[in-house]
Amino acid sequence: MKKPMISFENYSFHYRSQAEPTLKNINLTIYEGEKIVIVGHSGSGKSTLAHCINGLVPFSYKGTISGSLKIAGKEAKDQNIFALSALVGTVLQDPDGQFIGLTVGEDIAFSLENDCVETDVMQRRTLEAAKLLDIDHRLTHRVHQLSGGQKQRTALAGVMIDNVPILLFDEPLANLDPAAGKYAIELIDRIHQEAKTTTIIVEHRLEDVLHRKADRIIVMNEGQIVGDMPPNELLASDILAKYTLREPLYITALKHAGCDLPADGGLEHIQKLDIDEFKDKLNHFPNTRAPGKTRHDAAPILELRDLHFSYRNGQQLLKNISTVISKGEMVSIVGKNGTGKTTLAKLLCGFENPAQGRIVYNGEDMTNNTIKEFSLRVGMVMQNPNQMISKHMIFDEVALGLRVRGVPEAEIKQQVNRTLKICGLYPFRNWPVSALSFGQKKRVTIAAILVLKPEVMILDEPTAGQDFRHYTDIMEFLLELNRQGITILMITHDMHLMLEYTSRAIVIGNGTILADDTPANILTDREVTKLAHLKETSLYALAVRAGLEHPREFVQQFIDYDREVRQHGSRNVILS
Amino acid sequence: MAAEMLSYLDRNSPIHRLTGATKLLCFLMWSAAAMLTYDTRILLAMFIGSLVLFKLSRIRVQEVSFVLILILLFLMINNIAIYLFSPQEGVNIYGTSHQLVHLVGRYNMTLEQLFYQFNITLKYFTVIPAALLFIVTTNPSEFAASLNRIGVSYRISFAVAIALRYIPDIQRDFQTIAQAQQARGLDMSRKETLGRRVKNTASIVVPLIFSSLDRIEVISNAMELRGFGKNNKRTWYSARPFSVGDFIAMAGVAVLLAVTLIVTFYDGNRFYNPFLAGV
Amino acid sequence: MKKNLFSTKTIVAVGIGAAVFVILGRFAAIPTGVPNTTIETSYAFLALMSIVFGPAAGLLIGFIGHALKDLLFYGAPWWSWVAVSGFVGLCFGLVWKKINIDEGVFAKKQIITFNITQATAQAIGWFLLAPVLDILIYAEPVNKVFTQAIVAGIANIVSVGVLGTLLLLAYAKTRVKTGSLQKDA
Repeated sequence: MKKPMISFENYSFHYRSQAEPTLKNINLTIYEGEKIVIVGHSGSGKSTLAHCINGLVPFSYKGTISGSLKIAGKEAKDQNIFALSALVGTVLQDPDGQFIGLTVGEDIAFSLENDCVETDVMQRRTLEAAKLLDIDHRLTHRVHQLSGGQKQRTALAGVMIDNVPILLFDEPLANLDPAAGKYAIELIDRIHQEAKTTTIIVEHRLEDVLHRKADRIIVMNEGQIVGDMPPNELLASDILAKYTLREPLYITALKHAGCDLPADGGLEHIQKLDIDEFKDKLNHFPNTRAPGKTRHDAAPILELRDLHFSYRNGQQLLKNISTVISKGEMVSIVGKNGTGKTTLAKLLCGFENPAQGRIVYNGEDMTNNTIKEFSLRVGMVMQNPNQMISKHMIFDEVALGLRVRGVPEAEIKQQVNRTLKICGLYPFRNWPVSALSFGQKKRVTIAAILVLKPEVMILDEPTAGQDFRHYTDIMEFLLELNRQGITILMITHDMHLMLEYTSRAIVIGNGTILADDTPANILTDREVTKLAHLKETSLYALAVRAGLEHPREFVQQFIDYDREVRQHGSRNVILS
Repeated sequence: MAAEMLSYLDRNSPIHRLTGATKLLCFLMWSAAAMLTYDTRILLAMFIGSLVLFKLSRIRVQEVSFVLILILLFLMINNIAIYLFSPQEGVNIYGTSHQLVHLVGRYNMTLEQLFYQFNITLKYFTVIPAALLFIVTTNPSEFAASLNRIGVSYRISFAVAIALRYIPDIQRDFQTIAQAQQARGLDMSRKETLGRRVKNTASIVVPLIFSSLDRIEVISNAMELRGFGKNNKRTWYSARPFSVGDFIAMAGVAVLLAVTLIVTFYDGNRFYNPFLAGV
Repeated sequence: MKKNLFSTKTIVAVGIGAAVFVILGRFAAIPTGVPNTTIETSYAFLALMSIVFGPAAGLLIGFIGHALKDLLFYGAPWWSWVAVSGFVGLCFGLVWKKINIDEGVFAKKQIITFNITQATAQAIGWFLLAPVLDILIYAEPVNKVFTQAIVAGIANIVSVGVLGTLLLLAYAKTRVKTGSLQKDA
């Protein structure tokens, strides 16, 4: 009989500031050495559940508890956050926020410092933990010298150093590029096996998490557990679709192909699938490809001619960037963290100046123009909406740019209201921005740019940190804007987004353009995906395993079909 | 936004080898001595001493020249202001008046005034090399540990560490926000009227402040989850034990401070007066 | 919520507050057109932090923030004014319990309390403490330091009065409960 490590019994939690309880009557037992994945969309209570385990609830976030939660046999609410932190090590979602030390070494040693461990002992143990996570050659590096993956390994070393029996990961993949995410999952798995820690992963990128084996998946919705079963069983069921959670793409493909999914084997990993069962149906995947969707005839709106960019210290970041974007395109810009994607976007907005090369909008050379002049043609939406919003009321925020331009107030009102309607924000126009959700705030920042009528809109990670439902909302909205004629460029790490919503992807790597092709072609090109830290799509792997004749075309077929189903079928999500 | 910031420069020098706590104490005592005295002899000795220390540290002047230019500019303006406001300050202090150049009204230039302003400037010159040295030779990681060692509570020491950790991040945020707002047409330059400028600045400052406030909760949760505040004291990963050099340095600067105090206040006057001595 | 003087949250607020103070002081000072006189957004921010996190936090943010700003950007701290920054940060915070901004109310009464406090504190700080310390420490001419301090003091009182009040209003609004909001058709 396995020993229970965490057990919730009729557990409910009600935040002091909220009208409704966030967790309702939770019954869940997690046994020693298990590896559990918790999924659910934002607001489903999955983060609160995690906070109950590490003690932030109720010691940092106050509220009312009923029922019982025992961790390692002791009632959690009778302890304190320090006692719980000796049992549960937490790796938070935001690696920058979690990184408290000035250097990697200090950050790893943080909890030992608080335990008053002698400096020499501490330095030895820090080195050991760093070696375990392969970060030992960076002990003196500061946070901004690290990649996302290295930050996360530092965070992990910082909790591993305490030999905690339970490890809790709060959205570990949120800020990683696909390759780093894959590595993170392998690392978590290795630690799980070597140290026998009970491991809990809260994450909505299920396909990526299932890259390595998990024992159980818990599905949460509206504060309750609506699913608690082994991965295979869950994937065979329709629970994920029912709660608009993203299922692995190859599973969706199998379902679209009309395959019967067995509840007893192989579904959680593409290499374990009993592929022979499905071959026939996959070979007859419905072909809905809309003919003649080419845009080659469209006029170029933006031309980059041999752009180069160097930092002030002379270090070169971008070189030989040349490409043409046509009017009405929707293009994704992808590549490894820190390769200059954001810098390229800044060049296109005039925030930075290229060392050489030309930027041409609509045939007009803009290279040496000011930010203000750029802003008449191109709008940039930042990743974090909180970094753009400066007004209290939604209407004022959207009106800001027009007021600066000196547009008469009557016209402002008309234009802002129209934009708010397009963005689905009109009913909220008299609300304070602070009352909105993250996704709604994002939409406010898009509206604030849109109202200035740019011809080109650049978005930095438009869906970062969003669950599938909000992701679909935002992307469908952008698609609609695109249909109305706005050219859209998106910087993204999300391979699904790139496949589903863009017709073209520009891959940045080694300081230049590595590839410029359809997303389906890029994500099936092993060479490019490896160089640019992307991840080959599982659809391609599925097609290859099934021995399909044209695996690349299968990927495109799936995307087209899935789009069709989502627009006309049951999975369509309508903008509120 | 291109303003550079002073930062730690890694070298192998006797100054770098001193612990942060030593350098902090020495810097504070040195500043105290320089602030209290107006004795030209002591100031000159300290100035020469600080140049020697600077040489020892293997820091090149070019590496800090951007700050030096700023300081020189400030000193020049300050000197002009002093002269404009109080051209006879030196005469008041030293009690004699040796007129050098005859100018309008009270603006006659006197030897006393020049000497007084020379002293004021010298005072800065004795502090500046020491302060620069303190910043560029002290690893920021050691800073909090040093404050804690000289008796500041570890919580407050750690607040300083957090500030040092997040200044670069917040500077980057500021830049990002400023660019985003300029892209909406906001002009930050002097071309705009004052009222406009205040409004435009507010549209950068407000998001910066509120997004920074958001960080506070994330960081304090991360710290509590890893046991910050568990005990009444804490140890420091970057702390280094004192060595002989540290004791010599601290003793040396302590003696300097004592001598300064004695010499300066021996005759009840902070100023060394060459004009009286010459009579 | 019980706020103790040195909870972890307060410590983090001091650290982040000092960092923001440094950046605002260096990059977000608005030139007024009068030479060497700027509208310091950093003091408006200091006022916000003092009212939200209390006098101890205010003292530390003012002191640490100003000292770091001088050290990192100008090479040496101007100790007399560093001390005054700490002093005004402390005084702003004296009315934090009375204003209790986390309740979300910052109306006429609170605005008046805040502004009387900030104006008094800054008047003492800039018109009296700063010049006296300048004279004691740096032996600068009396009329020069008083003129400088009075100009800076007036600029700061006005900027905290305007920007500080606006920041507090904005902060108070983020504390308002949102349950009462209705969508408009």
